[in-house]
Amino acid sequence: MTTRLAPLALGVLLAAGPAAADLVFPDLSYRTGPFAAGGIPFSDGYQDYFTLMNERDGGIGGVKARVPECETAYNTEKGVECYEATKGDGALIYQPLSTGITYQLIPKVEADHIPLHTMGYGRTSAANGKVFEWVFNYPANYWDGASVVIKYLMDENGGSLEGKKITLLYHNSAYGKEPIPTLEALSKKHGFKLTLIPVDSPGQEQKSQWLQIRRERPDFVVMWGWGVMNQVAIQEAANINFPMDHFIGNWWAGAEHDVTPAGMAADGYKALNMNRVVDYPVFADIRTHVVDKGLAAGDGSNVGSVLYTRGMYAAMLAVEAAKTAQEMTGTAQIDAAMMRDGMEHLEMTAAKMEALGMPGIGPEFTVSCADHGGSGMAIVQQWNAGDRKWVPLTDFIAPDAEVIAPLIEADSAAFAAENGIAPRCD
Amino acid sequence: MFYREAGDFKTSYRDDSQTFPIGFDRYRYYAVLAVAFAVVPFVIDDYWASAIFVPFLIYAIAAIGLNILVGYCGQLSLGTGGFMAVGAYACYKLMTAFPDLNIVFCILGGGLVTAAVGVLFGLPSLRIKGFYLAVATLAAQFFLVWLFNKVPWFYNYSASGQISAPARTVFGLPVTGPGVEAWAQYLICLVFAVVLAWAARNLTRGTVGRSWMAIRDMDIAAEIIGVNPLKAKLTAFAVSSFYIGIAGALFFAVYLGAVEVGEAFGIQKSFLILFMIIIGGLGSIFGSFAGAAFLVLLPVLLKNLLVGTLGWPTDLTAHVQLMIVGALIIGFLIAEPHGLAQLWRIGKEKLRLWPFPH
Repeated sequence: MTTRLAPLALGVLLAAGPAAADLVFPDLSYRTGPFAAGGIPFSDGYQDYFTLMNERDGGIGGVKARVPECETAYNTEKGVECYEATKGDGALIYQPLSTGITYQLIPKVEADHIPLHTMGYGRTSAANGKVFEWVFNYPANYWDGASVVIKYLMDENGGSLEGKKITLLYHNSAYGKEPIPTLEALSKKHGFKLTLIPVDSPGQEQKSQWLQIRRERPDFVVMWGWGVMNQVAIQEAANINFPMDHFIGNWWAGAEHDVTPAGMAADGYKALNMNRVVDYPVFADIRTHVVDKGLAAGDGSNVGSVLYTRGMYAAMLAVEAAKTAQEMTGTAQIDAAMMRDGMEHLEMTAAKMEALGMPGIGPEFTVSCADHGGSGMAIVQQWNAGDRKWVPLTDFIAPDAEVIAPLIEADSAAFAAENGIAPRCD
Repeated sequence: MFYREAGDFKTSYRDDSQTFPIGFDRYRYYAVLAVAFAVVPFVIDDYWASAIFVPFLIYAIAAIGLNILVGYCGQLSLGTGGFMAVGAYACYKLMTAFPDLNIVFCILGGGLVTAAVGVLFGLPSLRIKGFYLAVATLAAQFFLVWLFNKVPWFYNYSASGQISAPARTVFGLPVTGPGVEAWAQYLICLVFAVVLAWAARNLTRGTVGRSWMAIRDMDIAAEIIGVNPLKAKLTAFAVSSFYIGIAGALFFAVYLGAVEVGEAFGIQKSFLILFMIIIGGLGSIFGSFAGAAFLVLLPVLLKNLLVGTLGWPTDLTAHVQLMIVGALIIGFLIAEPHGLAQLWRIGKEKLRLWPFPH
């Protein structure tokens, strides 16, 4: 028994030794369940970028990054357990990739003082840094996304959507319901008719929804889907011969695995994206330093896919915020509060992205005390089933701040009143 | 040797019919309570509270509730998730409509509203039985979840359709919302669990419980000996739903703090709690606790063992964990179809004879 315990104790010592000097970025991932198809590439990209930092650059500012992984299966209860299990480890930032889990974590991170970054998901009004001190959702949020879709459709239709019928097909959860207030406000402003069609989670069964779409013949269908729901919706749209180029998904409904099951029928399907997907030089580095050394989080097959790129983008934003924090404080071993300050002073410029080997991956933006939401810009991309490639159709489109800003103000003010938060940054 | 009635003389009927007639049992019960109230709150941290004790206690309350209906009264129900949702949403509406009302009353109010809804959905039980009733309660499950998703009044017109618990205090200590201490969160659940379990145990020993069991064992015979099936079945639905409603309210307000009805109170929840009482033991209060412990703690334990200690990949662990828990459920049910409570009972019988079994 002693001989068996000795190496184990040694292992514990070895693991505990350098742990004190690590920068910890917990990854609440989901590699199982109906949402795994999206969770796996995102988590691979997220972890591989930190591994790249360690292998190529010797860590972040000389300190190694450590990424403890915890499986949530997109389930809020497991998400809370994962948060509690990892937060004592010196966690610097949480990115749960789930709107439901985000809602659980917002009060917890505000109390525990750990920053939460929900890139393009989560609670939209967290963009108001005056109320949400520890929550960030740059570079874009759902309301931005909804506005970008409508703007794009306006441009396509000669500047007016008067009298058009637009259907929102959404995941019947906090995630899918988020864009509704914005779309309703925009429908009033631009005079289009909005129909809401919910799909219950996980969304394998959508016959009745698409029957309704076939009956109502909307001009456009906008989809807020995730996981298996996207693949089913695209297949159903193909089954009723809905014109694919009039079907637009948000940025969580526009990855390769969403369109490939429908084969050629998915050709022409459009989706938003908040990061461009091209063959960035950084992928070559990841292949050399991470995949070829056998250190990849997954099997390496996802490198360069839409969600892998987004996961890597999320990790890059976290690393850049950590570097900003290191520069601001002059210490390499930052803590969660310093990380938060770094995030609040983050500046993403074209030169910076180019230097990192991912030129033009996202829009340029700066974060400030009052603005935790970034620029909100997104591109529209289209699936080319023949080449099996997403083709960008537009440059980054800016959302309609005139509509979104008052909505964010109102929603965050309601949160502040409910929880007795005094606005900061004045 | 020490676990036996011999020498433990009872001089009154009251003493003779107490819950724990054997001295050792009684002292063990007091010891568990003492540890739960006087030791655990001082050593508990956020992880132990949010990942282990709080969910365990809340699921135990829900399991006791369902056990009253299924185990004691024999009315199969698949509506548990929906009834928990009623408790959660009723509690939320009370919390936001009356900000000065103490959270304890909001939770009890959630229970009462659920009891009323439970009676309503229990009405078909007067005409239909068994699997047919299960289907009727399944309708309740889907209807209630749909209702809370569809009608914005229930979630106060929030943009996301989520309900989130504002901060509330008991004796000046926050128990919901941000900044809750782990021990406060644990203690409020513990108080509810202990009081409700004690009440359930005594209810099931009395007239009401006996009429439930009479209906369970044979409803026609029960009716002939003078048990009113309307009263028995509807009280079972009311009491059971009250418990489940309180569990739902605690689940929302104290444990998660924000819920989304489809995700938190879906059909999986109904099945999970049904599995708890089947594994724990139908018609047993201890079984409800044992079943909740089995299904809440075992996955967490396996995860910590496989990922934390052995360093397995998280996805592999998640799959293996499903297999192990599934295999254990099947194994347990083959070895003892009456659940963990029966194993416990057999163990106690053996202990009585120990060390001289005949």
